[in-house]
Amino acid sequence: MYTQAMDTLRDEGGDKPALRTAEEAQLQQRFDNRIDAGDFIEAKDWMPENYRKTLLRQISQHAHSEIVGMLPEGNWITRAPTLKRKSILLAKVQDEGGHGLYLYAAAETLGTSRDQMLDALHTGKAKYSSIFNYPTLTWADVGAIGWLVDGAAIMNQVPICRCSFAPYARAMVRICREESFHQRQGFDSLLVMVKQGTDAQRAMVQEAVNRWWWPCLMMFGPPDDQSPNSAQGMRWGIKRVSNDTLRQKFVDAAVQQAEVLGVTFPDPDLRWNEESQHWDYGAIDWSEFWRVVGGDGPCNRERLAARVKAWEDGEWVREAALAHARKSDLKEAA
Amino acid sequence: MTTNTEWPLWEVFVRTKAGLDHKHCGSLHAADPKMAVQMARDVYTRRQEGSSVWVVRSDQIVASDPSDKDMYFDPAEDKVYRHPTFYKLPGSVDHM
Amino acid sequence: MSSSIKIPATPELHYLLRLSDTCLILGQRLGEWCGHAPILEEDIALSNMALDLIGQSRALLTLAGQRSGEGYDEDQLAFLRDEIDYRNPTLAELPRGDFAFTVLRNVILSTWLKLMWERLHDSSDAELAAIAGKALKEARYHQQHAADWAVRLGDGTDESRRRCEAALATLWLYTPELFEDDAVDAAATAAGLGPAWSQLREPWLAEISEILGEATLAIPGEAAFRSSGKRGLHSEHMGYLLVEMQYLQRSYPGGAW
Repeated sequence: MYTQAMDTLRDEGGDKPALRTAEEAQLQQRFDNRIDAGDFIEAKDWMPENYRKTLLRQISQHAHSEIVGMLPEGNWITRAPTLKRKSILLAKVQDEGGHGLYLYAAAETLGTSRDQMLDALHTGKAKYSSIFNYPTLTWADVGAIGWLVDGAAIMNQVPICRCSFAPYARAMVRICREESFHQRQGFDSLLVMVKQGTDAQRAMVQEAVNRWWWPCLMMFGPPDDQSPNSAQGMRWGIKRVSNDTLRQKFVDAAVQQAEVLGVTFPDPDLRWNEESQHWDYGAIDWSEFWRVVGGDGPCNRERLAARVKAWEDGEWVREAALAHARKSDLKEAA
Repeated sequence: MTTNTEWPLWEVFVRTKAGLDHKHCGSLHAADPKMAVQMARDVYTRRQEGSSVWVVRSDQIVASDPSDKDMYFDPAEDKVYRHPTFYKLPGSVDHM
Repeated sequence: MSSSIKIPATPELHYLLRLSDTCLILGQRLGEWCGHAPILEEDIALSNMALDLIGQSRALLTLAGQRSGEGYDEDQLAFLRDEIDYRNPTLAELPRGDFAFTVLRNVILSTWLKLMWERLHDSSDAELAAIAGKALKEARYHQQHAADWAVRLGDGTDESRRRCEAALATLWLYTPELFEDDAVDAAATAAGLGPAWSQLREPWLAEISEILGEATLAIPGEAAFRSSGKRGLHSEHMGYLLVEMQYLQRSYPGGAW
């Protein structure tokens, strides 16, 4: 999920490049026409520099979110309570790695290597979704992430399957198809605990839901009136539905699902609005959102350190594999 | 743009089941051809999507130039007589 | 529910548990790599391997539970056995180490498991034979993946070679346990359940020699050290592994998951 990234970075000038030549103006016009006609743009097609930059930023940050997102849940692989849950969780976290991989590949078509993108992540230049800077403190967090975080992510990601940039859209189609089990397994895990489990387990579930609820609402990004890049993103089909609309859709769905689970959300202002036919919710603490995005969430430093460590520990492995490949090539040539 | 320590990029083609074509399904990084085939298996066939995989170095692919799209592909547009539906035959022999 | 279960001392049951626990504990160690591997593609590859191994252990534990006469299910056996009732050879439980250690342990154990599954395919126990048939395909791939990596690292850079040599020197100490027989093996061969572990030694050494030869790595000499995990006497690492693995089942008695 992870597209909040485009709201959290400064606007890079909208769609007003200084056109130098008549030829470029013509290319720009053709590009705009194709976008308006709902055509797909392929990596080698002409595109305005700003489109390329925005996409690269969004796709790479989406990819970073997937691989940083492996960490909070991966934290529980060795402790999963049954062998079935261990298999499910391992497969799910592995999927997230795969999704990161598909997305890096989509971004690479724009001319930036995966290593360059990882370097931006490791040096703190690139962002990832704020949600992964929260800790997973109990096993119920794994279920809550599946149900709420993946639920929010799917809501955000499905529209991107129709994004104008074809490599991104193709990756998203694959990801959405694979991810359909992620939310279900999370809900299922919580449902078993609350319906068949003990009081201690029910308390664990409710406590986890309490902690994840507000951060999940923040995943959709700032309110529409504070989301400067949205209009441009909409035109390019990188973003199809506004932050607030998606957030409302998520709340409406989650309230119904919470009833089935028999859990509550930690919001005294949550109530049905007969007039709007939606659930009203209380004020989101945006200062917390900006603090977490800015690097001071509960786990920002640990998450980044874990990624950097894996990368640095793996350096000799990557070098050795390349060295061996070169030796083999020489042998073959000889 | 690839740094000299980065593993090369490979394109992955998967045959979903016997009798069908291999279809492009994505790419990955691998240090050598054997690794590329194994990684393709691990990354792209986790849900029984494949019965065979091909990999090819991305820099070995020769592609048509997008700016040639008009002259390459538009001329086929008016050759309607290449399609069976162009020919209206009497109902009794229309299964031909 | 959270108190430990006891395992009947029948040799056939122990024969199954030695194998199920090897798969489970190795799977647990490989699962630790998910999110931390040297490159994203390898996170996915190692996770696939861990998933195969956990799947194999589930099938074997279920079978062991049926054969135990106590009606234990896979999770009771996995999460409620005390350390001394875990019967994997010590090699499987050693901490994951660096990537060279993981790769070379996988070479050693996937080759061993492959040879084991080949033989168990002819087991007098039809269910065990069926499990072996499926697991054999998985183990063959694990061996290929690990062996190819061993060659890259053994014949890669000076550093990768040095790390391989160091890993192999440690791992090799624990290999004799994979080929020692006792009463459990005698009972298993007598019943046609499966081979005595010693029978795997020769083919294993032949395949390992070929792999290490291609990796330009020398086979270490044999030391007098003997590990004893398969008799329930483990390394100090095992306690920590089980504490982590069993924590939820032990802390939430009567829980449903």
